[in-house]
Parts: sequence; C-alpha cells; structure tokens
Amino acid sequence: MTMPSHTAPTPAPAAVPARPAVDWPGSLKDAATAAFVALLLTVPLVGLRTVDRPTGLSIEARPDEVIASIVLVFLGRLGLGLIRQGLALPVLVLALAAAAVGLALPMPTQVLRLVLVAGGGIIALRAAITLTTGRSKLSQAERDRRMDRVAAKVQHATKYIAPVAIAFAVALPLTPLADRQLLDIGILLLTYIMLGWGLNIVVGLAGLLDLGYVAFYAVGAYSYALLAHYFGLSFWVCLPLAGVLAACSGVLLGFPVLRLRGDYFAIVTLGFGEIIRIILVNWYQFTGGPNGISGIPRPSFFGIADFTRTPPEGMAAFHELFGLEFSPLHRIVFMYYLILALALVVNVFTLRVRKLPLGRAWEALREDEIASASLGINRTNMKLAAFAIAAMFGGFAGSFFATRQGFISPESFTFIESAIILAIVVLGGMGSQIGVVVATLLVIGLPEAFRELADYRMLAFGMGMVVIMLWRPRGLLAHRDPTILLHGGKTPRVNAGAAR
Amino acid sequence: MSVTEMTETPLLTVEHLTMRFGGLVANNDVSFVARTGEITALIGPNGAGKTTLFNCVTGFYTPTVGRLSLRHPDGREFLLERMPGYRIAQSGVARTFQNIRLFGGMSVLENLIVAQHNKLMDASGFAIAGLFGLPTYAKAEKAALELAKYWLERVRLTEFADWEAGNLPYGAQRRLEIARAMCTEPVLLCLDEPAAGLNPRESGELAEILTFIRDARNPNGHRTGVLLIEHDMSVVMRISDHVVVLDYGRKISDGDPTSVKNDPAVIRAYLGEDEDAELPPEVAGDLPASVVHPAPKEI
Repeated sequence: MTMPSHTAPTPAPAAVPARPAVDWPGSLKDAATAAFVALLLTVPLVGLRTVDRPTGLSIEARPDEVIASIVLVFLGRLGLGLIRQGLALPVLVLALAAAAVGLALPMPTQVLRLVLVAGGGIIALRAAITLTTGRSKLSQAERDRRMDRVAAKVQHATKYIAPVAIAFAVALPLTPLADRQLLDIGILLLTYIMLGWGLNIVVGLAGLLDLGYVAFYAVGAYSYALLAHYFGLSFWVCLPLAGVLAACSGVLLGFPVLRLRGDYFAIVTLGFGEIIRIILVNWYQFTGGPNGISGIPRPSFFGIADFTRTPPEGMAAFHELFGLEFSPLHRIVFMYYLILALALVVNVFTLRVRKLPLGRAWEALREDEIASASLGINRTNMKLAAFAIAAMFGGFAGSFFATRQGFISPESFTFIESAIILAIVVLGGMGSQIGVVVATLLVIGLPEAFRELADYRMLAFGMGMVVIMLWRPRGLLAHRDPTILLHGGKTPRVNAGAAR
Repeated sequence: MSVTEMTETPLLTVEHLTMRFGGLVANNDVSFVARTGEITALIGPNGAGKTTLFNCVTGFYTPTVGRLSLRHPDGREFLLERMPGYRIAQSGVARTFQNIRLFGGMSVLENLIVAQHNKLMDASGFAIAGLFGLPTYAKAEKAALELAKYWLERVRLTEFADWEAGNLPYGAQRRLEIARAMCTEPVLLCLDEPAAGLNPRESGELAEILTFIRDARNPNGHRTGVLLIEHDMSVVMRISDHVVVLDYGRKISDGDPTSVKNDPAVIRAYLGEDEDAELPPEVAGDLPASVVHPAPKEI
C-alpha cells in the first residue's frame, strides 16, 4: 500500500487542480472506523455458527472468517479513500490483483472468493472512472445521462440486433451445438423472457406494480393440468383456454384492487399470489395439494403427430411423418420453438400496442392518473385491460410450463418466482423490451452458468439489485422513444432537452 | 345573479352549489352561468373556493348540494354532478391544472394524441382492429395527427413536437397543457390559473391563445366556452367577458369586468375592510368571522 506518490497519474489536470498530499492518518482512521463497523456486524452474523451435534445445537466461533472480512473491509475502505486522494492507479492495480487472486487461488470459503472478486472489481471500476474523468465519483445526474446515452444507443440498435437475435434463436436447435442441456436452458430463458415481457405490460407500460404475477402463471399451468387430467383435453385446446381463464382471474382480481394505488396495490397483488398458491396446496381433492399433478400430457405436433416412438391409436409418429430417425430431442426442439413463438407473440403485441390508443393510455396512466382522467380516459377499464392481457400471457406461459415439465406442484409458484420476474423487468428497465432479454440473461442465464456457486446466487442477486438501484434506479436499458414522431428521424431534438 | 347579456343559452349552469369538507364550507350556495363564446373568469382572494368549485365542475369532487348542468350547443344536456370525472371529460369539459400535469415522460406530440384517446379507441375497436392494422384506425390516427399539428401550430410548439414534455420550459408546458385540453375537442375549457408563473410576455401570448379559443369555431361549427381561474388581474380584465367573484366560498359579485372592478364588495374583499364603513346587509354576512364558523343560513 505504500506506493510512492509520484507514480500517481494526473490524467485530467484541468479537473484536478492541485493534487492534495495523501492524508495517511485520516485515511487510516477512516478505514479503521469502517473495519470497526464491520467487526460489530460480522461477529454476530459471520463469527457465530450453530452446529448440529449429537448433544444438540451448539455454537461454534469462526474467528478466521471475521478477521478476513475485517481486513478486507479495511483494505477496501482504504483503497476507496486513496482513490479520492489521487492514488487511483496503484489502487486500480492492487484491486485488480485482489480480484485476480480471488479468482485464481483456492480460497477457504466461497464467500471470501466472492467478496474478493466483487469488492476488487468495484474498487477497480471506481479507480478506472477516476482515471478517465479525473473525479472520484460521477455525479448522479451525469451517470444517469451517460447510462441514458448507452440505453438510447442500444434501443436504437435493437432494429438490427433483434432480427439477428431471432435468427440466432431460430437456428440454434439446428446447429450441432444443440444438446439436451443447451435446449433446456434455452427453453428456461425463453419462458422467463416471455413472462418478463408479459409483466412488462402491467409494470412497464401501465405502471402498476404487480407482485403476484406468478399467480396467473399458476392459473395457466393448473388450467391445462386439470383440464387434461379431468377431461382429457389436448394441449392445443387448453392453451387458449388457459389464457382465457388466467385473463378472467386477472379481471376478477383487478376489479376490487385497481382502485388502490402504488404500494397498496402491490401488497394486494402479493396477497393474491399467495392466495392462489395456498388454495392449490390445500384443495388437495381437486388439485392434488402439495403432491401436485403428474403425468400431464405432452403436446402433440399440432394434433397431427406425436413425438413418441410408438404413438397412440389414430396418431402418426412425428419421425415417421417427416421421415426422420427417431430422437427424443425432437420434442425438446419442438418445445423450444413453441416457447419462442409464444414469447415473440407477446413481444409483437407489446410493440404494436404501444402505438395504439390502448398502449398510449397505459403510458399516460403511468405518467399521471389524474391528468388521464381529465382527458376522458376510463382508468378502470384501461388498467383492467392491462391486467387481463398480461394475465393471459402469463396463462399461456403457465400451460407451456405444465406441458414441458409434465408435473406441476404449488412449489413452482412461490413468491420468489414473482420476485424474479419483477426483478427481470425492473433490472432491464421498465418498458424496455430488449432490457427484459438482457436482464433474463443476467438473472437466469448467469446463475445457470455458475451452478457451482449455487448457495451464493441469491446473495449475488441481492447485491446486484442493490447496485442497480443505487446506480441506475430506472433499470439498465430504460430509455423511451416516442411512439410517433412529427419530425421523422431528427431524434437529437428529443434528447437535447436533457442537457438543459 | 346579475342580469347581463343573455345572448346565448348558457353552456354551463351552476345552481346552488355547496361543497363541504366536514365542517369546512368551501363553496356556499354559488350560482352562475358560463356561455359559449365567452371567457368567464372566476376570481377571488386565496382560499375563496375557486379551485374547489372547479374540481366540482370537472368531476374531481362531487358537490354536497347543487346542480351542474352542461348544455351542448346542439342541445344535448349533461348533469355533471352525477358523473364520474372521466365521463365529464367525455361529455366535453376539458381542464388544465394549477400545477401542470403533463405526461412528462412522453413526447409533446404523444401528449396531444393521448388527449384524443376516446375517439381513437373507438376507431381501433378497443385495440383489436388496430393490432391487425385495419385501415379505419390508420385513417383515424391520421386525423388525430392533423388535429394535434393544428394545435401545436396554434400554441407555437411545432418545433418541439418530439421533445419529452417534461423537458419543455415552463411557459411552453403551460401552453402544451392548453393544447392538450383543446385536443379533446371540448365545449367548455376550464383553466386553473393558466398565467401562474408566466412572465408578462408569456401571459400576453396566453391571452392571445385564449381569445383565439373563444372566437374560433371548431369543425362542427360550435365555439368553445372558457372558464378560468386567475390571479393576474391584468389578464382577467383584458380578456374576460364575464367575471364571477368568490370570497370565503360565496359569490360576492358577478358581471362584466368593469362593473365587477367597481363593485364595493369586491374592493373590500381584495383590499380589506374599513372598520367604520357601512356595510350593505348582504355583504355583512360574508365577513371572515362568519365563515370560520359557518353562517347559519345554509341550504
């Protein structure tokens, strides 16, 4: 840490008038204070651990972890302090080194590794920002503006990205890369993308914070499972029915609830989500209770052919119909295309509806309800429409989920699912379609890729959300382009106002 | 009620309007009319109940007692006190707000298109025809765009059409709010302190816009009545045809600007009482003390 101070760079002399001498006592004191706070927090949280012994529960002290975390907090705080005092470059190097050590060397615990990597990364980022801008911190407004510019660029590039991404998604199962695992992950991602796009209608466009979206997903899934179970209806009959039933449940919930605003509304939707789940658990004569429903029929190829080797009476076999070798992968590929098509339907719907009076009224309601009413917009109907449509898409996704899994139970529809879908929408940037895709890749894709970190996924997830809320409260790619332009492509006009 | 010009049938008739919030009487037995082709100004000191009355007319409050009827030039009549806010707006009453309420994140043009929601919603068949891109909707949207352009031109915001409304300068936001209200093609335009915060040049422009709205005929040949709350006396005296003065919830004067200006009750309300002055009995009941403890003769 005792770098000679003359190595510190002065990249933007105009912004840093005269580099102050490093205030070592002050920095050390500051870091020591932080370390003391860390001590207070880590002793009960990290330092003590309950262990299950034959004699009963007992407490085990973990001094190593406490000391490690305090040292890390001390060094991190010191680093942050030194960045501000012109020692950005050495801190950058050291922080990167710490992150690299965390990645490369074996660590006693995974948490330590995570803290080293994440902490080192954040400090390095801070130092890098200081080096490029000459200031220790970007102001909130400036950071917002920069991120906005990036978001706008991505949003405008969507025109080109989207066809490529869709082409890639379509081509993926045909490439030799496509094995069972990749396709399963693809299906999982697409399911969440579809749910994210569906919830985006309510949260992003209409501005209604819905914490119980998974309820509609559950209604869709159970609709299909129960209709198939009791009446033997096929997937292709049940898919629209599930959508209709979910939409009806959306309206049913919406009628009493839409009078509420903001937080109150969110709480009631949260309650509704739980009510649905608890009904599913307790009404075991009908829904199978916590045991769920198994043996849900798989979809056929549009009712023409079946994906089994020996199809039932009156049904052709898919591989014979197309003269292919039998492969269990066929059904997976079909599922993949099915969810891709469903997700794209939601996307196209949202893109189109934004340019229609319905979508514009939703956005107007999000901006200002009172003003909307003063223009003759029937708030209740508009919100109900948003709710019902989003619920319908949730229902579609639910019945797809049921047919893909072949087994459903209330376990799949807990609050955490709602929270994840909402996190995807908020993280991506409310109202942003591409944002949902990016956020799904981050929230679902990354944990899938780092399965071995399973225990710390939720910790990292929470940290990520906190960081986003601090740095980019409106979401990663939150940028809104007008749905109708008078002066054609002269968009600079739109953004020029932000510089005011 | 002072009998001035009875040239046209009244557009808005307010009869015996009383609005109570618990023990507080915000409006007490107020009656007046507003006519098409006129600017009716509602003035009064702070706390006189102007905005409350406004909120009753535009449906944000339901009056405790009284009747509000809106008669369209084509003879249709609506009883506003029985309708929810958005229905009142649909029946042809548009309003602006004291604290500007634009859709800040949407573009200027979108603000004006949203204002034509009901017309477009019908044309798009509750979005179904619109989703499949049927021509009826495209035609309606084109017409809506034309109307929006017309009002953009009128309030001189055409070059700002694609800006975010929230980024406009204050004066422009005021003008945009008026344009947005006019895009609903109302028969009665209610403006809550449109000149608040404007500099003299801007309030001059505002006066121009308002007189234009008063005199211009909309496509079906009717003119728009304007009801406005205003503190800026120079604006009120310059453009209004009819002034209603409220004080402590009661109407204390009603007539053309000159007669109202010289009304002793109005002067007293604005400039304060002379302790020794002889008060006419009907005004004596309007002293502040009588309102803090509401007068016994309520309906």
